[in-house]
Amino acid sequence: MTLADAVFGLLGLLCLGSAVLVVTTRNVIHAALWLVVCFGALAGCYLVLTAEFVAWVQVLIYIGAIVVLMLFGAMLTRAPIGQLQELDSGNGPVAAVAGLATGGVLLALVVAAFKGAYVDVHHTAVGDGKVIGTAVFRYFVLPFELASVLLLAALVGAVVLTKREGS
Amino acid sequence: MHLSLALAVSALLFGIGVYGLLARRNAITVLMAVELMLNAANLDLVAFDAWWRDKLHAGQTVALFVIVIAAAEVGVGLAIVLSVFRLRETVAIDELTELADRDPQLRAGADDQVAVNPVAEDAGAIR
Repeated sequence: MTLADAVFGLLGLLCLGSAVLVVTTRNVIHAALWLVVCFGALAGCYLVLTAEFVAWVQVLIYIGAIVVLMLFGAMLTRAPIGQLQELDSGNGPVAAVAGLATGGVLLALVVAAFKGAYVDVHHTAVGDGKVIGTAVFRYFVLPFELASVLLLAALVGAVVLTKREGS
Repeated sequence: MHLSLALAVSALLFGIGVYGLLARRNAITVLMAVELMLNAANLDLVAFDAWWRDKLHAGQTVALFVIVIAAAEVGVGLAIVLSVFRLRETVAIDELTELADRDPQLRAGADDQVAVNPVAEDAGAIR
């Protein structure tokens, strides 16, 4: 049990607890704010795993952009702000069984498969901006360009989908 | 640190995402559950990258691409949710049953509901 184990365990517990609150809270705005906690804890997990650049991208894109976009969506669809029951559909028990089965099978599988595997975080190259930039622009240039085209298509598609006729 | 710790967090996060995807009724909270599942996959990618000591840093790079695709997905998804809300004044996904293959009598009932919905008149204008 090293320091990295302890820090990762605490961040993982924080992440899982806030994720449970995201899917169980009765308030859309609270769900979005718990999502911020969950993504922040995940960014901390990435830092422990030496993925520095991915951690900051997680903070910038997920917390800064995606959650804000969801809050805007909740506002524009006039989500009820107070407590309400109808946020959950009637298939909660079935969903719980499916979620527990998926999580349990995956957990048993990966724990059995990688029981003794050990990540030596002190001797791993830190994934900072220079390292990831080299990887992206030297080895992953084509996927990078495709991602830019995809983002442009998504941007145009979102504008077309929400545009009112005649305006 | 132990690799199985990261994998366990990822597996449980994915399970929570599956629960949220199936149990939620509001389309925006369903999108949030999808984001949880994408993040579970990202945690796996980063953990295996660190474990493998990948010289190309493929795991972290692919995690970045997953974040990009998630941003695009949320943008288009919320645009669809907003158009549905404009047409129906609801974002409850279990009320959007037009594409379901179901009993004709039930479908007749659903059509009545649409007919009395005042927002349906706007549908032609938006199309």
